[in-house]
Amino acid sequence: MATDAAADMPRGMEGVVQDWANDKQTFQVPWGKAMMWIFLLSDTFIFSVFLTSYMTVRVSTTEVWPNASEVFALTLFGQSIPLILIAIMTFILITSSGTMAMAVNFGYRKDRAKTAAMLLITAFFGATFVGMQAFEWTKLIEEGVRPWGNPMGAPQFGSSFFMITGFHGLHVSAGVIYLLVTAWRVWSGFYDRKGTYETVEVAGLYWHFVDLVWVFIFAFFYLW
Amino acid sequence: MAYVAIADRDHEQHLHDPQTFITKYIWSQDHKVIAIQYSLTAIFVGLVALVLSGMMRLQLAFPDVFSFIAPIEYYQFITMHGMIMVIYLLTALLLGGFGNYLIPLMCGSRDMVFPFMNMLSYWVYLLSVIILLASFFVPGGPTGAGWTLYPPQAITDGTPGAGWGIMLMLASLAVFIVAFTMGGLNYVTTVLQARCRGMTLMRMPLSVWGIFVATVLGLLAFPALFVSAVMMVFDSLLGTSFFMPAILDRGEQTAFDGGSPILFQHLFWFFGHPEVYIVALPAFGIVSDLISTHARKNIFGYRQMVWAIVVIGGLSFIVWAHHMYVSGMNPYFGFFFATTTLIIAVPTAIKVYNWVLTLWRGDIHLTVPMLFSIGFLFTFIHGGLTGLFLGNVVVDLPLSDTYFVVGHFHMVMGISPIMVVFAAIYHWFPKMTGRMFNQTLGKIHFWLTFLGAYSIYLPMHYLGILGVPRRYYSMGTTDFVPESAQAMNIGITYSAILVGVVQLVFLVNIAWSIFRGEKADPNPWKANSLEWQTPDTPPKHGNWGPDLPVVYRWAYDYNVPGAPEDFIPQNTPPDALHPAGRDHGKAH
Repeated sequence: MATDAAADMPRGMEGVVQDWANDKQTFQVPWGKAMMWIFLLSDTFIFSVFLTSYMTVRVSTTEVWPNASEVFALTLFGQSIPLILIAIMTFILITSSGTMAMAVNFGYRKDRAKTAAMLLITAFFGATFVGMQAFEWTKLIEEGVRPWGNPMGAPQFGSSFFMITGFHGLHVSAGVIYLLVTAWRVWSGFYDRKGTYETVEVAGLYWHFVDLVWVFIFAFFYLW
Repeated sequence: MAYVAIADRDHEQHLHDPQTFITKYIWSQDHKVIAIQYSLTAIFVGLVALVLSGMMRLQLAFPDVFSFIAPIEYYQFITMHGMIMVIYLLTALLLGGFGNYLIPLMCGSRDMVFPFMNMLSYWVYLLSVIILLASFFVPGGPTGAGWTLYPPQAITDGTPGAGWGIMLMLASLAVFIVAFTMGGLNYVTTVLQARCRGMTLMRMPLSVWGIFVATVLGLLAFPALFVSAVMMVFDSLLGTSFFMPAILDRGEQTAFDGGSPILFQHLFWFFGHPEVYIVALPAFGIVSDLISTHARKNIFGYRQMVWAIVVIGGLSFIVWAHHMYVSGMNPYFGFFFATTTLIIAVPTAIKVYNWVLTLWRGDIHLTVPMLFSIGFLFTFIHGGLTGLFLGNVVVDLPLSDTYFVVGHFHMVMGISPIMVVFAAIYHWFPKMTGRMFNQTLGKIHFWLTFLGAYSIYLPMHYLGILGVPRRYYSMGTTDFVPESAQAMNIGITYSAILVGVVQLVFLVNIAWSIFRGEKADPNPWKANSLEWQTPDTPPKHGNWGPDLPVVYRWAYDYNVPGAPEDFIPQNTPPDALHPAGRDHGKAH
């Protein structure tokens, strides 16, 4: 890239328009990455609609909404601690975003072993998250929470809880499989032969998105 | 390191070359074959829906004559007709069919960016069609909830198909959305990332712009339908109460409690209104190209046309509740949504003026595609104007749920896109098959369809103003509806049956011409856009032979003063013109 050519480029808004209206490609990224961004935009709408619907039925229901910090409390060492399990789950998921970022970083350095290891650690954290979610579901089901009703109050509490965390859990589970496949491909040298590790970053985009969605679910469902 | 664009690479995109009959025509990854698979499937279900509408018209004109059409069947026909026409025919045909065929050819790419996913998209779409059609054969038959599927009645006993029918409908919609997402991601990424050299966004033909923005709308609007389908399935199967309030069913208190039926309406129309433009925008784009080509004149106001498409796409997300003025939502919403609805008429009117100004003093060739394009202008202006009536709350309240609404939306999103679909099929038929269709049969098809469609839907506006309610199985003895309304109903039915039968002319013409039509010139309409400049007709796998095309100008250089011919294809280099023509593309 010659620097004097860059000096002739239009700046400010005009430059933005020109970049976007470029020939051949609008964004200087691989196809897979562009497509993942667009997919995530679409998926954002799915989760937004889930959360908006949850908030609407929470307002429309005539019965009292259960207190989340009581429902999601665990008794540890003889003391009832509100939201402790969710806090640990959230911590694990956020940590997995960190390891994912490290995997992408090692991918750029074409460090095959470390990239694969970081991907495996990320997948492990993801699987742990899903496992803890299964534990949470089991606990609530034992306490009598069902999609159609629960002893604590509004039936929409159970419906929204199972639907939203279930849909997010499916995303995490799919992500774990996706990460394992990517890790296998890294380890087997597939991306070395291809000459680029860009797919690791695409998987990373998906993983960070799933984490980000969890932050919103955490805020809107557990903290409200 | 900057990412090297495909058009700049030595060995470009690696394509999976078809070897056998099966990989070439069945499990094909070629966008052109997938486009034709999509189109044929869509046209097939469209014909099913056409037959259903014919049965509804027979019942309305001659109540008590057809014993096999009871109220239950009538509602099932209405529901399936609406849903099939809007989603499984128009959306699939315009995006899956034309989107697939035109995007890579018009942008100068070899294929979609992910051909395998594109192939999956078709097969998943086919699965959704099979699930949908299966509902005709399950206990209770297909759902009769009306195409909007409003709960609580959609899943309450007593509505036709409240058990199996609605479940299959919702499952089919969810599967369709998966199929659409796989295809749509491909279309958007291909338009953004895989154009050939010189094909800037502001040189793209308007067909691509229309399909592109419509696909973006689809990717953002279908999630609302997907989620509402999931929640309705839960309400029905698990007994949750997302959409179901506490409700009495034949005197019995049901187990539902505290849900919000109006939530479903909001979600449905958050999808449903952009859906109108998912169907309309590709039609807008295609008709712009056709009018310019057949009037031998550049499109008037290309930039306005592009921005109008983008603005309509954006506005279409904030007008949805104009479908819900009588739903019981907060009346202040009506004020907001009426305002946005009327604002959306501005970019739409810009487009209409530009089409008319493109025709003005053009060298108009009344070919079959051009006839259908001009027919579209009539039906679209007509349907658009009645849309202004219905967009106003005070006018909508008395007209809501009458035949005025039926007339309006069939004019604007039924007949108008179908006109463009026919125009487009006739226009690109020589490129798709390498043969020409029979022009005379095409013109007969146009005049009978166009005039016939008018004689169906124009009287419906009058019926609506009389107060004839829609979705009624038969009018019976209703005092406020005069006898003459029934005479008009009979007339409408005759026109509808005529228009239905006339489509056989189209099918015969197409079927005969595929095998027996005369060989077509590679560029019979002398058009500029890239798909007419392929080395082979029909284009082979990979589209462009050894080298990708290079684009030097926009697609609308018709009748440029000083040019050797009255058209300059997009890939004509400036030196090839002597004396050199004006390079419109540079201006952008």
